[in-house]
Amino acid sequence: METFLSFFHTVPLEQVVIQTVNGIVAGMILALVASGLTLIFGIMEVVNFAHGELFMLGAYVGVVTLAATGNFWLALVAATLLIALLGAVIHVTTLRPLLGRDPLTTILATFGLSLVLQNYALWQFGPVARKIQEPFTGQFTLFYLSYPWYRLVIAGLSAAIIAALYVFLKYGRYGIWIRATTQDRMMAEAMGIPVPWVLTGVFAIGSGMAAASGVLFGPLVGVNHAMGLDWVLKAFIVVVVGGMGNLGGSILAAIFISLLEAYASLWLSPAQAIIVSFVVLILTLLFRPTGLFVPTPK
Amino acid sequence: MTADGNGVDGAGPLLRVDGIHTYYGKSHILNGVSLEVGDGEVVGLLGRNGVGKSTTLKAIVGLVRPSRGQVVFAGRPIAGVSPHRLARMGIGYVPEDRRVFRLLTVLENLRTGLDRHGVTKERKQELLDKVYAFFPVLAERRNQPGGTLSGGEQQMLAIARAMMLEPKIILLDEPTEGLMPRMVSQIREIIGVLHRERVAVLLVEQNVPLTLEASQRIYFIEKGEVRHHAKASELQVNDPVIHQYLGV
Repeated sequence: METFLSFFHTVPLEQVVIQTVNGIVAGMILALVASGLTLIFGIMEVVNFAHGELFMLGAYVGVVTLAATGNFWLALVAATLLIALLGAVIHVTTLRPLLGRDPLTTILATFGLSLVLQNYALWQFGPVARKIQEPFTGQFTLFYLSYPWYRLVIAGLSAAIIAALYVFLKYGRYGIWIRATTQDRMMAEAMGIPVPWVLTGVFAIGSGMAAASGVLFGPLVGVNHAMGLDWVLKAFIVVVVGGMGNLGGSILAAIFISLLEAYASLWLSPAQAIIVSFVVLILTLLFRPTGLFVPTPK
Repeated sequence: MTADGNGVDGAGPLLRVDGIHTYYGKSHILNGVSLEVGDGEVVGLLGRNGVGKSTTLKAIVGLVRPSRGQVVFAGRPIAGVSPHRLARMGIGYVPEDRRVFRLLTVLENLRTGLDRHGVTKERKQELLDKVYAFFPVLAERRNQPGGTLSGGEQQMLAIARAMMLEPKIILLDEPTEGLMPRMVSQIREIIGVLHRERVAVLLVEQNVPLTLEASQRIYFIEKGEVRHHAKASELQVNDPVIHQYLGV
């Protein structure tokens, strides 16, 4: 017991606070990526393996727009809109023809798409990582660290975008169309809701959210053609742990897993800390396969 | 087959189904169904279970695509038109299992049909006020999820939701199924209200007395085709024709 407690005493409180902040910041970005993914899954029943590439392309659109205009916020908006449009085109050309087919076909289609998009980025932009300059470089002192304000801003912006999505789904006309389509596609059609276009719209929204997170996160990690991989893998874990298709569950799971990883890296190297998310994933699948943050199904 | 019944004016019937065939996999469900519904007319469709009554309705609203035959609505051929366009053209559908959006509130359920382009705010409120007047219980429960309503209330919601489309015709698939007797007479009243509002109704039912009372004309369907057609006023509940096609 003594040795157990002394193990914890080796971690100073400041570090715990710092890791809590880190965990929440990483969690909010992850939540933004995952909410697009879970939206697309929950409503369209499409497992979008190209989500990471939309995230990556969004970051590249950010790089290009920033280089041309010097305005980070303009880059963020341009990336969101352009990738949302790309998402709509992808949906109409690739996924809509597969409507009603075996889910495996959409998995293969989006996986193929991810390979194409990734290699397009490699061909177009080369293997060297680009940098997005953060819009402000101010820092504040968190104990012995100077902590960049920008990180808190990303967390806040991610939260704001997710909140806007929630309000849109809850109160907007198209939000009601989307929810009705999720619950009963056939009846939604019979009520005059243009279901194929609702699905295209949802895919576009999810794509735009992925792009926005790519731009927001670009300054922290650098932009390269493979940056989508890590994030989409984590986002998939979050979506499964949060309960497939459950928006609130995904957000909680993103914060939960990011916090766990942040605390784990008090003792482990960050690379090892990633193991934590896989452990959570495996435990969830074993003991609560419908998701951690959903009411127990009756 | 031509309708000699009420409401079919010189310009042709509101809805004409002409020899439609449908298949489900390899089984032939509809084997050339033909029927007509006039403007503002209530038409009953009787037959045993599994003879294709529900499939006929689904083929009209475009949820099942007929492989042969024609459906003409308000003078336009509509076979193959997508269901959401048909809904906008004025065909309301109340399916057998009601299918209210369980997680949407009552008001949101109604809004699925109300939030169309070209409907003014005032008109929306008018339509809402009208169904709330017909179904006061829906007004009371407007902020409650559809899934929490009782069976009868869900049936009212399903009908009210279809009315939001300002339809020219409502297809009602077994509206009294599983309802208490008190609710059944309420459904009868609702059909009367629709009739007074000049909304045509194509009613699929197992409840013979209700169908005879509410409809002007009746079609009998057997093995995927219409076998008999009569004015409701000429039939009685214990009519030999009814015995023949329903075996009751």
